[in-house]
Amino acid sequence: MKTHLRAVLRSGKFIVGFTIFAAILLLVFIYPLFNPGNPLQMIGYNSFTKPGTYVSLYDSLDTRRVYTFRPPGAADVRIDAKLSPEDRESIMEWLLSYSEQEGLGLTERDIDIEYTEGLMALWWQYYDSEIRLDGMTIARRREFERLDLRLDGLFNLDDLHVMALDPETGEYDILFATVSDDDYVNVDDVANVIYLPLGTDGFGRDVLKQLVSAIGTSLWIGLIAGSIATAIGLTLGLISGYIGGIVDDIVMFFTNLITVIPGIVLLILISYSISQLERGPVTVAIVIGVTGWAWTTRSVRSQVMSLRNRDHVNLSKLSGHSIPKIIVRDILPYIASYVVMAFILQISIGILSEATLSMLGLGPSTTTTATLGLMLDWSIMKSTAHISGAWWAYYPVILAIALISFSLNLMNTGLDQVFNPQLRD
Amino acid sequence: MSDTKQLCLSGKGVTKVFGHGKTKTVAVDNVDFEFYSGDLISIVGESGSGKTTLIKMLLGLTSVTDGEIHFMGQPRDIKTRHKKKEYWKGIQAIFQDPYSSYNIFSKIDTVLLDCIHMRGGRRLPKETKTEMMREACSFVNLKFDEMTNKYPFELSGGQMQRLMIARIFLLKPKILLADEPTSMIDACSRATILDFLLKLRDEVGMTIIFITHDMGLAYYVSDTVFIMEKGKIVEHGSANDVILNPKAPYTVQLLNDIPKIHDPWEFSRNRREVSDAG
Amino acid sequence: MHMGKIMLEVNDLSTKYITRFKEDVYAVSDVSFTLEEGRSVGIAGESGCGKSTLALSLMGYYFPPLHYIKGDIIIDGQNITKMKPDDVRKNVLGTEIAYIPQAAMNALNPTRKVIRFIEDVVRAHDPKATKKDIHDLARQRFEVLNLPESTLNKHAVELSGGMKQRTVIAVSTILSPKVLIADEPSSALDVTSQKAVIKMLNDLMDMGLVKSMIFITHELPLLYNVTDDIIVMYAAQVVEKGNANQMVFDPLHPYSKGLMGSMLVPEEGTRETKLAAIPGTPPNLKKPPEGCRFAERCKYVMPQCKVYSVGYTEYGDGRGGRCLLSETELRDLYAIEN
Repeated sequence: MKTHLRAVLRSGKFIVGFTIFAAILLLVFIYPLFNPGNPLQMIGYNSFTKPGTYVSLYDSLDTRRVYTFRPPGAADVRIDAKLSPEDRESIMEWLLSYSEQEGLGLTERDIDIEYTEGLMALWWQYYDSEIRLDGMTIARRREFERLDLRLDGLFNLDDLHVMALDPETGEYDILFATVSDDDYVNVDDVANVIYLPLGTDGFGRDVLKQLVSAIGTSLWIGLIAGSIATAIGLTLGLISGYIGGIVDDIVMFFTNLITVIPGIVLLILISYSISQLERGPVTVAIVIGVTGWAWTTRSVRSQVMSLRNRDHVNLSKLSGHSIPKIIVRDILPYIASYVVMAFILQISIGILSEATLSMLGLGPSTTTTATLGLMLDWSIMKSTAHISGAWWAYYPVILAIALISFSLNLMNTGLDQVFNPQLRD
Repeated sequence: MSDTKQLCLSGKGVTKVFGHGKTKTVAVDNVDFEFYSGDLISIVGESGSGKTTLIKMLLGLTSVTDGEIHFMGQPRDIKTRHKKKEYWKGIQAIFQDPYSSYNIFSKIDTVLLDCIHMRGGRRLPKETKTEMMREACSFVNLKFDEMTNKYPFELSGGQMQRLMIARIFLLKPKILLADEPTSMIDACSRATILDFLLKLRDEVGMTIIFITHDMGLAYYVSDTVFIMEKGKIVEHGSANDVILNPKAPYTVQLLNDIPKIHDPWEFSRNRREVSDAG
Repeated sequence: MHMGKIMLEVNDLSTKYITRFKEDVYAVSDVSFTLEEGRSVGIAGESGCGKSTLALSLMGYYFPPLHYIKGDIIIDGQNITKMKPDDVRKNVLGTEIAYIPQAAMNALNPTRKVIRFIEDVVRAHDPKATKKDIHDLARQRFEVLNLPESTLNKHAVELSGGMKQRTVIAVSTILSPKVLIADEPSSALDVTSQKAVIKMLNDLMDMGLVKSMIFITHELPLLYNVTDDIIVMYAAQVVEKGNANQMVFDPLHPYSKGLMGSMLVPEEGTRETKLAAIPGTPPNLKKPPEGCRFAERCKYVMPQCKVYSVGYTEYGDGRGGRCLLSETELRDLYAIEN
């Protein structure tokens, strides 16, 4: 046994799997300490805000310390932020078609889209929202109108005056702040800053915070489902394998019955038959566990059947030991390593089953707890993260599911290589 | 068979059938036998001859399809667990593979204590139990102090098989069924095991039923030899009669085909050299 | 004594295998012997003494967990330890060396006919061989070996255990290898089939279809009936070598003496002899002892035995042993005892 344990600790696969799993567990326990509060709180009113750091505009204006910086190229950066390369292309496109219609004789060579001032001069010279170009859709025309409005005052570097409403006169005449183009504030000085490393989901909830809590819940579901499936599978496998005969026939009848019906169908039927109100994470875990024991039973049974005829079991019988004592003392220890491996796989299967069920809308019916499956359901099925390009709302969830089952499977393979002598490398 | 010897185990028409219909196999076919107290009886047969099935039936580990087994002159009754336990106080076994005969999770002390408990020694003081275990170990030339707190797999195959004999010494059954106890251990350790089996017979007065496929071994150790072929006993009698003067065609062929030293096979090159030299 | 052409020469061969717990087990160390044309040598020893590992090592084809350490294997003048694994596989296995493991009969793919295996074996070395040539060769070979020709068109599952093993042997020796290594080829069979298998190996040798043979078994009476010479191995080393009659009736090394004394045969007189027993267990091959490896169990052990490593000494006449005592000293020792 000691050599086996040492070999487990030397098995690369087990170590990698264990490290990933431990890191995930650590994240689940540590992260809420730094970022406490309800993980499902809707902090935003927009759906799918992209990952990043958000500062309050109001508080930035109101920040007392203002620093003056004149970094070279600041103006270009500002212009680039307002005038994207696509905008430049659009401008050229408009100018060319206009010149063709009016016979101005402008060619591509006359327009240098890299030279902002020249380009804008041409734009402001010819563009008018009243002009109708042949073959241009209304939508496209509106786009150019919006572009023109946006580009208004592109080179304007005048100070901005933010005025407040005078309660007496009812007019905006109290100067609230004057902002010049070289005024900067330190993010740390701004009173309200929100860090959203993974943005928000369709309901304006912090994805990272939700994800960490969902991993925790999903692990619990996996643990409960795995424990139930392993407990049922082990008990039935031991009984049917050791006692054999009619008991074996009955147990195997039900095991085969469950094996031939695809697990997912059974899951769906049972989940569907439970009323929405009662379908919490624990209920779902129990349903998954109760339907997932069949293959554990089968494999435990075959292991027990081969052990049953071993001489040490015969000898134990000859020593007058009772059946429960023989099972506990002479059979269980031999299959323990195997059961541990089955348990690890069952956890992984439990987590995946929950995700599947939730995607189908048959997962835990709750708005107070997040699970990995529910997160996918919320972002993909109930809203449109995949259409809006809000990758942050579902990719991290998929990655988390993949990492968890990958680490569990790696641990399982590592154990298998040590305990299963047929798989020596 | 001398009249003074008492009949301890006998069977009439003992049959074992596995499966039914097309898959029906008769492993032991209508076998009659009489084993007498104090003898060392060998049952010799090749693999598939049904000798192991016969042993399992004699031990009560497998049910008997047909026939009767008498134990110490009485029809055997092992219907309840309690009666089985009583029966097993009188009949015990040593199996072929010492490595699979032990529960690798139980210490040697547990193995031996189980035997003391089975003999009704559960309430004995700890010192007495230790003394009994020490005695059993010294019977097979093992030092109990080196054995205690060890696991069986820390011993060599020969030592494990000796420990099995120590276990039998503690249980003191009337009959010991030894199922090829030396086939998995090295030739050099074989003599030791055989010596202890003979010691059990001579000093404790056990009847030993020795199962083997090795004619040479059977001839060396046994008083009486039974030859089995395909579930049937084809010949039985004293070791000298059966081995040196076989009657059944199967025994004759078996003895002819077994490699020998003083009378090698007709095509053996060493035979030529011996005759060349002579 | 015999001046046949040397078919196999093994010099100081050492190999090891690595367990799944990454421990080195030195299963063959410093093994040297020669095998002449037309002769067979048997390797005897207890389980775990390295005889099966030696058989695998002799093929010169090493794959994990078996690893080569040192030494030479020279087959008919060609040193195969210097060759690339692929060359060994292509040019040595089958034509130079054939190997028959214990359960060889179960290695046959049950979906193919026997003749297909023969085609495979022949084509592996001569891709241009025509089907007719191969079939003629197979028919002729089966005829001389007294195997029914109909076997060629049967599947492995249609044959009985003994027949299957004989067929496998006929298939693996179809290219008339210079050295045949048979590792317990008959121990899974009943005695009657065993005799038939041995008879066939004997025929192969007599007809020169196999130039020399190495036969491995733990059954000494069987070995005596099969081979000309016997090598006794103990703890990965050769402890004694000699011809079969010398080795069985007049062993010299204390270990061989014990091993031969533990032999049981159903023959008159054996009931009365005292069976020899060697106390103790063989050393652990993960850390072999410095001195004589048998010292711990030897009846005649001397203090220097445990200190000096013992080399192999030729006693002459093809005989030799690994003991600090000389042949005469050993004989004197046994004479005093009797």
